[in-house]
Amino acid sequence: MLKQIEGSYAVAQVVAHCRPNVISAYPITPQTHIVEGLADLVGEGQLQAEFVNVESEFSAASVVLGASAAGARAYTATTSQGLLLMSEVIYCIAGMRLPIVLTCANRAISAPLSIWNDQQDSMAVRDAGWIQLHAEDNQEASDLHIQAFKIAEQTFLPTMVCMDGFILTHAFEPVDIPEQKEVDDFLPTFKPRHIVDPRWPRGIGLFADPRFYMETRYILHRALEKSEETIKEVSADFAKVFGRESGGFIKTYKLEEADVAIVSMGSVVGTIKELIDQLEEEGKKVGLLQICCYRPFPRHEVYRALKDKMNIVVLEKCISLGRGGILASDVRWSFPRAEKKDRNISSFVAGLGGRNISIDDLQYMVEKVEKEPVEFEFLGLRKELIAERDM
Amino acid sequence: MEKSKYLEGVEKKDLFAHGHRACGGCGQALAARLVADAAGENTIACVATGCLEVFSSPYPDPAWRIPFLHSLFENAAAVASGVEAAYKALGKGPVNIIAQGGDGSTADIGFQSISGMFERGHNVLYVCYDNEAYMNTGVQRSSFTPYGARTTTTPMGNRTRKKNMPMIAADHGIPYVATATVDDFRDLQKKVQKALAIEGPKYVHILAPCPLGWGHHGELTVEVCRLAKDTGLFPIYEIVDGKITNVRKIPVKVPVEEYLKVQGRFKHLFKRGVPSEEVAEIQEIANQNIERFNL
Ligand SMILES: Cc1ncc(C[n+]2csc(CCOP(=O)(O)OP(=O)(O)O)c2C)c(N)n1
Ligand SMILES: [Mg+2]
Repeated sequence: MLKQIEGSYAVAQVVAHCRPNVISAYPITPQTHIVEGLADLVGEGQLQAEFVNVESEFSAASVVLGASAAGARAYTATTSQGLLLMSEVIYCIAGMRLPIVLTCANRAISAPLSIWNDQQDSMAVRDAGWIQLHAEDNQEASDLHIQAFKIAEQTFLPTMVCMDGFILTHAFEPVDIPEQKEVDDFLPTFKPRHIVDPRWPRGIGLFADPRFYMETRYILHRALEKSEETIKEVSADFAKVFGRESGGFIKTYKLEEADVAIVSMGSVVGTIKELIDQLEEEGKKVGLLQICCYRPFPRHEVYRALKDKMNIVVLEKCISLGRGGILASDVRWSFPRAEKKDRNISSFVAGLGGRNISIDDLQYMVEKVEKEPVEFEFLGLRKELIAERDM
Repeated sequence: MEKSKYLEGVEKKDLFAHGHRACGGCGQALAARLVADAAGENTIACVATGCLEVFSSPYPDPAWRIPFLHSLFENAAAVASGVEAAYKALGKGPVNIIAQGGDGSTADIGFQSISGMFERGHNVLYVCYDNEAYMNTGVQRSSFTPYGARTTTTPMGNRTRKKNMPMIAADHGIPYVATATVDDFRDLQKKVQKALAIEGPKYVHILAPCPLGWGHHGELTVEVCRLAKDTGLFPIYEIVDGKITNVRKIPVKVPVEEYLKVQGRFKHLFKRGVPSEEVAEIQEIANQNIERFNL
């Protein structure tokens, strides 16, 4: 049913339709409305679940870890400082192959404190062994949660759905929220693999000495690579059942004919598409490659989609301080060595801490890379605030 | 040799037994075994990182015959909360859920998560194995390290008094708190069973000497516990619904010197056999306990 609804509440309703057994979360802007929404649904009896109000994100993550290890479908949501506080548990959840679903309402990281959007938080745990899916709009954010539970429970890999804080979480958009029955038909009940249960005593979370540890990392890495099939299958199934494309590995927009290819992820692709249309009217061919699944990284898809493009620009809302663009490194790595020569892959960081990314900013970026490649640049910097002596 | 009376009525099921790698005389290994056997098969152990976890859970041969769940150093109570929530949500159980951690895990890094578990009222028993320092990482000070004790991070002797965790636990309004040591198997097991029969959060604090860290002979583990009790340094009691009860009376009070002298960690308190001022301070701590609990 199509509803005019805030992104967070749409996600809350969809998550409720996925029937998690245990929900545990700790409030942090801009994630709060999601868990408030779920608390209401549990309180009103629309969702039968244990809602555990914990004293920190560290405990929220630990509670869902324990619940999942005991065979429950478990869900949590957080952002920014909360995700960083969870990070030790985040690694554990992946290492223990617990198919937990987490919503990350992407937000900047302190210091300085900023409650506004960028994607530094989920990037900070990109190497932890989770699948990371990025939503473009609220329809996709909702749809991705249904897919996330299915993907996680088929692969035994925890799955993080990333949605831009405020820009999506607090935006009112029409969202088609599937009926309970449709979700039930799409998402089978959770069949756990190893659980703590006195009927079958086993140890979960044993320590591994140097004879065994490496293999656990190899297996997790390969499982993530292999999850590619499941992620594609689930999104294809979703399209068949619900009649719309959501998720998958990558999406493209007017890329085939493009002279300049922009690569990005999250809600900013909306603005990028607008620019592309605008430039098209002026006779310029610019296209978009949208990363929907950031981990596992869709290396082969990226390569296939971009192999004829000699002018590529990566725009991202995160930075590896002291190094530069993170997504840009991933894109550069997607090309075989020989094919990197003569190919311009420019890297721009933008929108940190909620700085608006305007069409003009994007147009400046495209015009700049048309002239010459850009190794690395901050887009939309206020130069008047920067003094040489501070650096 | 006649069968020791000492073991009469003690549950022995070997639910925690074979293949662990604890040092000889380890109080914690003994305590963990008594706890598991008292709780029985229908039990899930959520264990924090620390000596117990390390000596009992190497892949591929853990020493547990009940389900064992470990993830981190500071979250055993929260993980146990999650297990309990899952059992409720899935309509499974009843089952005994026992979160277990060392003193460092309990008093310091995991303090918040335990407080949260108590406050939320989960049906979980938390057992603290108190060996009065971070043993797993090489005998560093914790906030349960007693006054005067030498650890690797208090080479001149610890300057602070021990955090009073049983009282802190009781002040959460939880229905059952108890202290125990590994010199009285029946008492320890009775308290575990009593705790498990009560609905809600429970806390059992067990003094578990560490021969390596405390510097006593392994065969003295039980004797050291007896001295801790009889000096008044480790009072034995229960707190049921907020009321202190079943306080163990000391039959014959022992000066703290006797407790201190058998342990290397207090050796620096005696210069050529003469006790220093710190010993008087420790005697004062014992006296305060004796008065407070009417030991
Ligand atoms: C976050 C974190 N910090 C530090 C450690 C290192 N560490 C592991 S066990 C331990 C000490 C454990 O002390 P305690 O809880 O008293 O248990 P014991 O080993 O003494 O039985 C420490 C400091 C860790 N594993 N995780
Ligand atoms: Mg200790």
